[in-house]
Amino acid sequence: MDNITKKLMQKSESTHKDTIGRAVSLTALALIGIVVVAIFAFVLSRGLSTFFRDGVSVKDFLFGTTWNPSVTNPETNQPYIGALPMIIGSFLVTFLAAIVATPFAIGTSLLMTEIAQKRGAKIMQPIIELLVGIPSVVYGFIGLTVVVPFIRNITGGSGFGILSGTIVLFVMILPTITSMTVDTLKSVPRYYRESALAIGATRWQMIYKVILRSATPGIMTAIVFGMARAFGEALAVQMVIGNAALMPTGLATPASTLTSVLTMGIGNTVMGSLQNDVLWTLAMILLLMSLVFNLIVRAIGRRGAMK
Amino acid sequence: MNAKTADKIATGVIYAISGIVALILFAMLAFILVQGVPHLSWHFLTSPARAFEAGGGIGIQLFNSFYLLILAMLISFPIALGAAIYLNEYAQKNHFTAIIRTAIEILSSLPSVVVGLFGFLLFVVQFKLGFSILSGAIALTLFNLPLLTRSIETSLAQIPDLQREAGAALGLSRWETVLHVILPAAVPSIVTGVVLSAGRVFGEAAALIYTAGQSAPALDFSDWNPFNISSPLNPMRPAETLAVHIWKINSEGIMPDVSAVSAGASAVLIIVVLLFNFSARKLGMKLYKKLTSA
Repeated sequence: MDNITKKLMQKSESTHKDTIGRAVSLTALALIGIVVVAIFAFVLSRGLSTFFRDGVSVKDFLFGTTWNPSVTNPETNQPYIGALPMIIGSFLVTFLAAIVATPFAIGTSLLMTEIAQKRGAKIMQPIIELLVGIPSVVYGFIGLTVVVPFIRNITGGSGFGILSGTIVLFVMILPTITSMTVDTLKSVPRYYRESALAIGATRWQMIYKVILRSATPGIMTAIVFGMARAFGEALAVQMVIGNAALMPTGLATPASTLTSVLTMGIGNTVMGSLQNDVLWTLAMILLLMSLVFNLIVRAIGRRGAMK
Repeated sequence: MNAKTADKIATGVIYAISGIVALILFAMLAFILVQGVPHLSWHFLTSPARAFEAGGGIGIQLFNSFYLLILAMLISFPIALGAAIYLNEYAQKNHFTAIIRTAIEILSSLPSVVVGLFGFLLFVVQFKLGFSILSGAIALTLFNLPLLTRSIETSLAQIPDLQREAGAALGLSRWETVLHVILPAAVPSIVTGVVLSAGRVFGEAAALIYTAGQSAPALDFSDWNPFNISSPLNPMRPAETLAVHIWKINSEGIMPDVSAVSAGASAVLIIVVLLFNFSARKLGMKLYKKLTSA
């Protein structure tokens, strides 16, 4: 009798296994959470030490226009750590690339979903997938051997600069924006189209006045995702932008972005020095910006959810 | 303007735009293949790179890329699988789950250069692993985890709840149901996701330049003892991958045949990634036929 009670009171083998399996999978999940927290903790602690330990003022850093951390300014006794040229460079290539890419992305997705659903999608779908799969260094290499000489021929100068960076990023983020826009357009209910056509709208009127309007939040999200990708892209941009930490004066003069300065510099500085700390502050800005892009996507999702 | 004229113009514009997009891609692919494929030879694919003279190959870099890819997948797959199982099978709708989901989303949107720098700070400097395959593989894991987790979770979510109920009705615990019912049914789409993410990892460079390093020391391909420094299997040696190699020789510009080598290497990179993408679907279909009664 005792044995049976014992058996009944005990957890079965199945339950036991379930507990273990649950614990193991939860550990894996927690590990990802820890990684995210660790990334933030490490990059923030490094990045903030520029301001706290080295005593650099935030204003000088964000709005200073001269970047040369290894040289000290004789007047203020502080190194030149104005990060504005890179911040402007990053935002400029990001916005320009997004502005150029958006009409192409919307046009292509309209072709795939509204105008030539069968033929258009059959040709464009694999093209978009192919573009997504191409590694960023290959984009950089193409930029270096095709885009830069092309710009050089047109504008004179070296060919390196914001314009080349924009063109390379445009091609890189085009598939991201397009595939997300296609998904949004596909999720517009069919009866929207039918009602528009039924009251006598032409196809373009239906697209312009109904479909694009109702898909606006989704398209915005797609653009923000594309911009986030452009903002964080490092090597392809670094290869074509010229890497001169100067305030950009024109689109075809060498400039630099946060990522390009980071990739060039972090290996050449000593850990813990000011020169190194300011680079980590640039990394911190990148980190915070990707957070901002995330928040924007969420805000769009909340405000513009299709009813 | 007449509505019908506007419609015609708009249609024309949309066709033109799509045509340009298609043209850009074809031009790019054609450029890489036309420039790169003529350089591909057995010698190019197997011999070591040369820094100052023409005629070097990409043998070591190619090996490093695959080795790093395999190591990164070995580390990231179990973690991603566990996390996805918890998220899809166990997690309740509460604050903890919401926070973790947000964390995964944030991790997936971090620029890969930031992930690489974190790997540099923690593994290369703090844990003193140095520029090594191991540091690189961990950095690639961090880069890969959120995307892989999400794709596995989607695969699991596609399995209808009927299967779970059937498992429960047979008296299986939830874990046993997952292990013996849900996972086998989800294998094809999990495999597709894994191979697709492998393509992405294979071409990644920004996360690697400060973790796996930018040098490719000579390897002795007859020595397979992982503890020897010149052994290809040694995880503690610095290892430049193919993608990093393309970036490095182009930014240094001291190799005389740099554009030939980078064109060849780019062609290899693209061909491998395309093969991954192509085989992902084929493999998934095949496994599906084999594992299920469908």
